[in-house]
Amino acid sequence: MSETTPVDLSVDLLGRTLKNPVMPASGCFSFGREVAAYYDLGLLGAIVVKATTLEERQGNPTPRLAETPAGMLNAIGLQNPGVQKVMADELPFLRIFEDLPVIVNVAGTAVDDYVEVVKQLTLSPDVFAIELNISCPNVKCGGIQFGTDPQMAADMVRAIKAVAHVPVIVKLSPNVTDIVAMAVACEEAGADALSLINTLVGMQIDVDRRRPLLANRSGGLSGPAIRPIAVRMVYDVTERVRIPVIGIGGIMTGRDVVEFLMAGATAVEVGTANFVDPLACPRIIDELRDWCVQHRVTSVRELIGAAKEGGLRDGA
Amino acid sequence: MATVEVVEQMAVGDGLFSLRFRSPVDLRLAGAYHPGQFLHIRVSDSFDFLLRRPLSLCKADVSRNELTVIYRAQGEGTKRLSRVRAGDQLDVLGPLGRGFPIHDGDRHALLVAGGIGVPPMLELAHALKARGQQVTAVLGFQNARHVILQEELMAYGTVHIASDDGTVGTKGLVTDLLTDALCTGVNRYYACGPTPMLRAVQAAMQGCSVPGYLSLEERMGCGIGICVGCVHPIRRGGDVKQVKTCKEGPVFSSEEVVFT
Repeated sequence: MSETTPVDLSVDLLGRTLKNPVMPASGCFSFGREVAAYYDLGLLGAIVVKATTLEERQGNPTPRLAETPAGMLNAIGLQNPGVQKVMADELPFLRIFEDLPVIVNVAGTAVDDYVEVVKQLTLSPDVFAIELNISCPNVKCGGIQFGTDPQMAADMVRAIKAVAHVPVIVKLSPNVTDIVAMAVACEEAGADALSLINTLVGMQIDVDRRRPLLANRSGGLSGPAIRPIAVRMVYDVTERVRIPVIGIGGIMTGRDVVEFLMAGATAVEVGTANFVDPLACPRIIDELRDWCVQHRVTSVRELIGAAKEGGLRDGA
Repeated sequence: MATVEVVEQMAVGDGLFSLRFRSPVDLRLAGAYHPGQFLHIRVSDSFDFLLRRPLSLCKADVSRNELTVIYRAQGEGTKRLSRVRAGDQLDVLGPLGRGFPIHDGDRHALLVAGGIGVPPMLELAHALKARGQQVTAVLGFQNARHVILQEELMAYGTVHIASDDGTVGTKGLVTDLLTDALCTGVNRYYACGPTPMLRAVQAAMQGCSVPGYLSLEERMGCGIGICVGCVHPIRRGGDVKQVKTCKEGPVFSSEEVVFT
């Protein structure tokens, strides 16, 4: 293979070919407008926009953020303008970007809320898929109760699948005893794909004030610190489910993407890295291409599940 | 974002440092910078200090295309930054945010700042003076060892100082100096400092019916409006909403700012 042989970065996800497997993670990219000032969002494999709820939410009091070793805690509290404004004011903006599938993360406090949001979103021409946020740790009844009980998760997925005309991705929480059981329950209930992991619940104490630093007391840990946990969970989940898995957790470089793909992920979401560097996603895509060139990999599809003996199960 | 060269770093007071570096943007371009904006700086390329630190623009040298920030080495991250030396590379995003609006009809501006809120006042004083406005500054410090930019600001107008312990200027708070006499003839005020000071200044200046701007400080993540971490309650059209201070601020009209 010569240096000039192009690398095929495309992957298939939910009936669509993404130009590359890299997409910004929900809550780490707002609705795309701010980052669009830095680069052409059409470079992205897809975009996952901020968690959207039925009504507008103002979120938690501040402080909402804390830096931690190789990571950060956040407790934003799902601040968003509500589904109507998201559909009217935010999603249409993304139409200007060529071939940019839009995934909308959906959150709520009760099954009915989720169903109503999905009913509205599913009518939008701008929505490629829905990512069900049953794993936000930062609001009371913020969905995480659905994300820690396999039966509740399955009931939620069935209710959403009954009204959704677009594919449904379920975003899983790592704050569980057995994430594989959660994944299997969601697959059996009809989920079209899974994304994992959301943040891990953590806390930092402000020792000068002798109080938790975050106003919400606890927050979600993200960043490179959590990557090995996420890789392990992606590896284990893809041993057991046939639906595609999107890997999330502390991706900072193209090499990190390779790691998730080899663990069994079909695509990845990049979160905290966007906060450090607005240009993180296009840089990571370039690094992924460079890695493939250096390692004589002609298609990133070859990497999916490559770390597993016997490769990935079929169907993904 | 750009990697730029550090030109100079020096201690300017007790735990305070002045850091001068090449500007990541061409300062000659219209709108390249504005007083009250901030630079978002990585203190190290290590994952131990993952997030950037927002530091107020203190001085822009257009002819040399250099920017200066002054900061307090308080946490581990800013302590790490204080070890950066001339010739080192620095990862800088910005200038970011909305700075202090300047009103051409004004004749006299009052600058009110406390502690590490003082640095943005230097570039502001420069810009106001360049538009022909009279500048009066009221500064508050913990003590004499924390005084910064007093002489630099005196080049632009009268400077009044208050200190917590009375080792410099008047013993007391900046608001103790905001007398009716001082505010007479003032068209507008500009304030930057710790939240309790801003709250007190807002109340004091409302009392003498002078409009103004407050530069808010919230813990910031991305600096570009995507993490929604640095919000502050802002009243607009009767509604109070959590507004991103990095993107829509850090400077807000005083009457919009809600302190809870």
